Amino acid sequence: MSWLNRVRNSLPFGSKRETSDHLWTKCPNCSQMIFSKEYEENLYVCPRCDYHGRIGADARLNQLLDAGYDLLAQPVVKEDPLKFRDSKRYTDRLKQARAKSAHNDAFSVGAGTIEGRKAVVGVQDFMFMAGSMGMAVGEAFCQGAERALRDRSAYIVVTAAGGARMQEGILSLMQMPKATVMTRRLREAGLPYIVVLSDPTTGGVTASYAMLGDVQIAEPGALIGFAGQRVIQETIREQLPDGFQRAEYLHKHGMVDRVVHRKDLRSELATILDYLQPAHAA
Amino acid sequence: MTSYLEFEKPVAALEARIAELRAIADNGDLDIAQELQRLERKSADLLETTYANLSPWQKTQVARHPQRPHFRDYVAEMFDDFMPLGGDRLYGEDEAILGGFATLNGRKVMLIGHEKGHDTQSRIRHNFGMGKPEGYRKAIRLMELAGRFELPVVTLVDTSGAFPGIEAEERGQAEAIARSTEACLGLPVPMVATIVGEGGSGGAVALASAERVLMLENAVYSVISPEGCASILWRTGEKAPAAAEAMKVTAQDLAELGVIDRIVKEPIGGAHRDPKTTAANLSAAISEELDALSQMDSGQLKLMREERFLAIGRF
Ligand SMILES: [Zn+2]
Repeated sequence: MSWLNRVRNSLPFGSKRETSDHLWTKCPNCSQMIFSKEYEENLYVCPRCDYHGRIGADARLNQLLDAGYDLLAQPVVKEDPLKFRDSKRYTDRLKQARAKSAHNDAFSVGAGTIEGRKAVVGVQDFMFMAGSMGMAVGEAFCQGAERALRDRSAYIVVTAAGGARMQEGILSLMQMPKATVMTRRLREAGLPYIVVLSDPTTGGVTASYAMLGDVQIAEPGALIGFAGQRVIQETIREQLPDGFQRAEYLHKHGMVDRVVHRKDLRSELATILDYLQPAHAA
Repeated sequence: MTSYLEFEKPVAALEARIAELRAIADNGDLDIAQELQRLERKSADLLETTYANLSPWQKTQVARHPQRPHFRDYVAEMFDDFMPLGGDRLYGEDEAILGGFATLNGRKVMLIGHEKGHDTQSRIRHNFGMGKPEGYRKAIRLMELAGRFELPVVTLVDTSGAFPGIEAEERGQAEAIARSTEACLGLPVPMVATIVGEGGSGGAVALASAERVLMLENAVYSVISPEGCASILWRTGEKAPAAAEAMKVTAQDLAELGVIDRIVKEPIGGAHRDPKTTAANLSAAISEELDALSQMDSGQLKLMREERFLAIGRF
């Protein structure tokens, strides 16, 4: 992909790559065939069964932020610091992911307003290498927080990740404390930090910034947990309970404040922002 | 009885031969005495070269060695006293993570760490060093206490990872780990963390987000176990040695990447061959670090800690 195409594709509107080329989309839950245009207009939620499908970074930013928001430049980080290679080179995996995405990595940040309230919104894109957290994700998260600190606005982060990016080894693990430095700074500055957990959010992402929100929202049916279900089953050799690690289950166990339908997310966030006005720095 | 790892087999054979000769050497036979001397030198050399050339996967085995010293061994060898403090005040007491008041070379500290156990019974009691939410929440409570009463925090990290279980998830394993990491980062007192065995993923980070991070020479620290990484990326756990190599899990690699600050020497043949010397080396290293950190005020300490993690990934 030429740099021009990449720039064009990184524009918030009309990024072709997130629009299905197919006329019909099959709901992964109820198998209903949905007119793709309708699915997109319904924010990738199945109109028949309410299944919340995966939504790209741009579509998410466009949904949550008022038009005309500022898309932050993707941070430049050391690429493939370990020269990692499994069955494929990490650099090749990155190339493949970038060819399919409008973005350079799995975390994008928009700064603007939500129904008129100032907000910086960070979005993790599961479609980019399973949303995995490496240095680029950690750095983008931090830059979003820095922007919120500078603008004295709320920071809202929509999470989605299979976990840490193994190809960056320990450096991906170090993104956990790194991101946590910034959530602490937001708190010290008296700024709200709100997390929206989307499907799926697991591993090191959950065990750091995804669980540190002042208000924790989850999308219906989202898988949210620390350990993977297969690992748990192999360890304890017991049947997992129904709905285990789903948003509603977490809500029942006191781990999230609210489970919110995607169509209501924008207005709910606006209401929360009305209550959580930036306080004076501690 | 030393239990030998697969790659130590040649050393094991030599040491067995030495033991045999010793048993019959009592009659003062000069030839046997000379042969013994020769074999002992050979065995020591072999052990040294073996340990000087350990692969990342072999180091992983050493870090997990059943006889490797654990938290309780270091407590006994390094600290003048230890008063364990229990419970998270919310749910229960988790013995996978121990903590309490301790004195290190005359300095009062808050000591926290994972304990894996050393036999079947104690391994079960300590849940193999795999902490549950209540363990991490106890650590948070103790860190906050340390902060209020100006006790430096010393952690000994040794876990394959936080416990993966239904109840751990229900009680918020992820949140507990995240909050424990947050508690480390907010400490107004010095914090020195040492990876003494396995530093397994988030369960390790939760006790290792310190301004000074040390590692024993044969310890490993990684985002996922080599077996786990191999089964995901290579689709077979048998590629664990390759995964250990690719992920860069050794103290030497991590020092080069700037993720850890200092490597603490182990005796030749690994910590388990001489726990006393290992503990003495560790005690001296931690004390030195605390001496230096005690010169800084709480603002400087926090900033130093924050900057160390923010710098990762930046040029
Ligand atoms: Zn459906």
